[in-house]
Amino acid sequence: MPARRAPQLRQSQALLGAGLQPVAAAGAGPAGREAAATLRLAAGRAPRRRAMGTVPSALKHCLSYQHLLKEQLWIGDPAVPPPAAPHPGQESQASGLPEYIKIVEVGPRDGLQNEKVIVPTDIKIELINRLSKTGLPAIEVTSFVSSKWVPQMADHKEVMRGIERHPGVQYPVLTPNLRGFHSAIAAGATEVSVFGAASESFSKMNINCSIEESIEKFEEVAKSARNMNIPVRGYVSCALGCPYEGNIIPAKVAEVSKRLYSMGCYEISLGDTIGVGTPGSMKRMLEAVMKDIPLSALAVHCHDTYGQALANILTAIQMGVTVVDSSVAGLGGCPYAKGATGNVATEDVIYMLNGLGINTGVNLYAVMEAGNFICTALNKKTNSKVAQASFSTATIN
Amino acid sequence: MAAARRLLPRWAVSLRPVSGAAAAGALPKRVKVVEVGPRDGLQNEKNVVPTPVKINLINMLSETGLQVIEATSFVSPKWVPQMADHTEVMQGINKLPGVSYPVLTPNLKGFQAAVAAGAKEVSIFGAASELFTKKNINCSIEESLERFGEVMTAARAASIPVRGYVSCVLGCPYEGKISAAKVAEVSKKMYSMGCYEISLGDTIGIGTPGSMREMLTAVMKEVPVGALAVHCHDTYGQALANILVALQMGVSVVDASVAGLGGCPYAQGASGNVATEDLVYMLNGLGIHTGVDLQKLMDTGTFICNALNRRTNSKVSQASCRL
Repeated sequence: MPARRAPQLRQSQALLGAGLQPVAAAGAGPAGREAAATLRLAAGRAPRRRAMGTVPSALKHCLSYQHLLKEQLWIGDPAVPPPAAPHPGQESQASGLPEYIKIVEVGPRDGLQNEKVIVPTDIKIELINRLSKTGLPAIEVTSFVSSKWVPQMADHKEVMRGIERHPGVQYPVLTPNLRGFHSAIAAGATEVSVFGAASESFSKMNINCSIEESIEKFEEVAKSARNMNIPVRGYVSCALGCPYEGNIIPAKVAEVSKRLYSMGCYEISLGDTIGVGTPGSMKRMLEAVMKDIPLSALAVHCHDTYGQALANILTAIQMGVTVVDSSVAGLGGCPYAKGATGNVATEDVIYMLNGLGINTGVNLYAVMEAGNFICTALNKKTNSKVAQASFSTATIN
Repeated sequence: MAAARRLLPRWAVSLRPVSGAAAAGALPKRVKVVEVGPRDGLQNEKNVVPTPVKINLINMLSETGLQVIEATSFVSPKWVPQMADHTEVMQGINKLPGVSYPVLTPNLKGFQAAVAAGAKEVSIFGAASELFTKKNINCSIEESLERFGEVMTAARAASIPVRGYVSCVLGCPYEGKISAAKVAEVSKKMYSMGCYEISLGDTIGIGTPGSMREMLTAVMKEVPVGALAVHCHDTYGQALANILVALQMGVSVVDASVAGLGGCPYAQGASGNVATEDLVYMLNGLGIHTGVDLQKLMDTGTFICNALNRRTNSKVSQASCRL
């Protein structure tokens, strides 16, 4: 892989001290603002006069800007422990939003699975180890599927055995059937996931069976898992639209979700697989699903293919959802829209949640660093806008 | 660059507005989209665009159903070379009935040149940050408002509506955090001076739904929500979420730039304006009427990106390309 100079955060950020909390909802005044404001702008060069509406570009040194970013980005001490089991759905803020959102990091599995380049095992392990140090409470590690179908996940055993397991962090793996489940357990997995779909066509094309048949397979997994006290997370794909069927009715999503929940899945992650959803369709779908499944057991898994992910996630959390899936650096393209993006970027989600005063327990800067690591390894640009805006590869002048 | 026509896949449910009312009570039924691509967008693009291309861009935008298209800026070409052809552009475009073509006029001289060139609506640019104003136009906020006062007087005499912009409403690259009260104060002054609409700009895209809500709450105490617009930059990916919150609070005018034209001068390689296509996609999905034909808009985005030899910043466009 060609050598690539590691991007540097704007140099001023290195000068700034540690640890600011996510912005309080009421808007905290930055302690250092006055000091920062009196600091000189980039030494020497006075910005050119520019006309209305345009701005000079010599601002990367501006410490006020860095200070502002710091507030938003929470560049602080790594791995602040998440708050002790906050009651999901608890709303303490005037805005009516949850106090705490659990982020489920799907980059190493969902992300890498949709990347063209096969990633070496040691890189996967390194990525997961870095993510473990960010404060993320759940990191989807790999998938115990046949390597014939998903070559990227062929090293599932080695990855599972090779990663550091941090206390307080969950490491779920995908298990499409009983065989995969047993293999996962043998490799040390302590949580598994099953993947259903709200679309018959998608189910047929993806796993070559009907929704009903797939549910039967999952029930076998769920039964074994129950016997072994292994929690099972259920995914429902195509919750807001299907590449084959087009529109998906909310009632169908609710029906499939209910089946998964009834068989023992502790959480149902509702996936906008092709990213076509909008706040309108998200709201309608959640209203239907919430009739049958408690809010605390729901998660949203939004793809950003049409740029709607953050708006959709915001809608979901306004309705009380407290679990959000995302992928570091927005890893994982969309198999249905060539060249388009897929998963929403963890960095961008956390930036938004920080700005809303919602606690995630995650150090955004550490996630950006992990994102930088994997993008360098994959030789690709990050899909995270926060990372793009925050890293500079050029020396600032 | 390949000129493949980007088509929305048939499963993209938001091609047309969802039938039925927008979410009960919470959201406006109609949103006016103010297209700033030809001015704010192109101004922040590195390559100077030839006049015929600008004119064609605006003409194509006029065919999409957009009601307002910011055409150009009557500033000195010394400062903004991209807008040096303001008179030619203004005189060269097809002006469709029912479509407004505002232009920027930083001072009386610019205003007079604009009117002479046929402008029927103008915009002025304030800021919620003293340092930003100082660095940008070398005066204080108060002094800038005095300059605008001259424009307002002339505009009133000529019955020309004036739109006011407030920059840095959610953060300033020089001052850092901006107090919501300051934004409200500047907005109120500009509204009192006679601006019919105040566009609140998150100039560096740093805002989130949290800071947007806080800022709008303060501004709405001073300016009626019907006179407010939001101008969100997508530098940190927050634009659509910020716009959604603004809509939920009753704002019904949103600025955007076709293909997300216009980078961010503060973050090299980062994006700037939110893409009009992505905005319209969201509004369609919410059942909010815009009058804009998304497919025609995407075709326009394709045109200007080919002319600029760059990729679109619109995710809807990226997702729709058939190669």
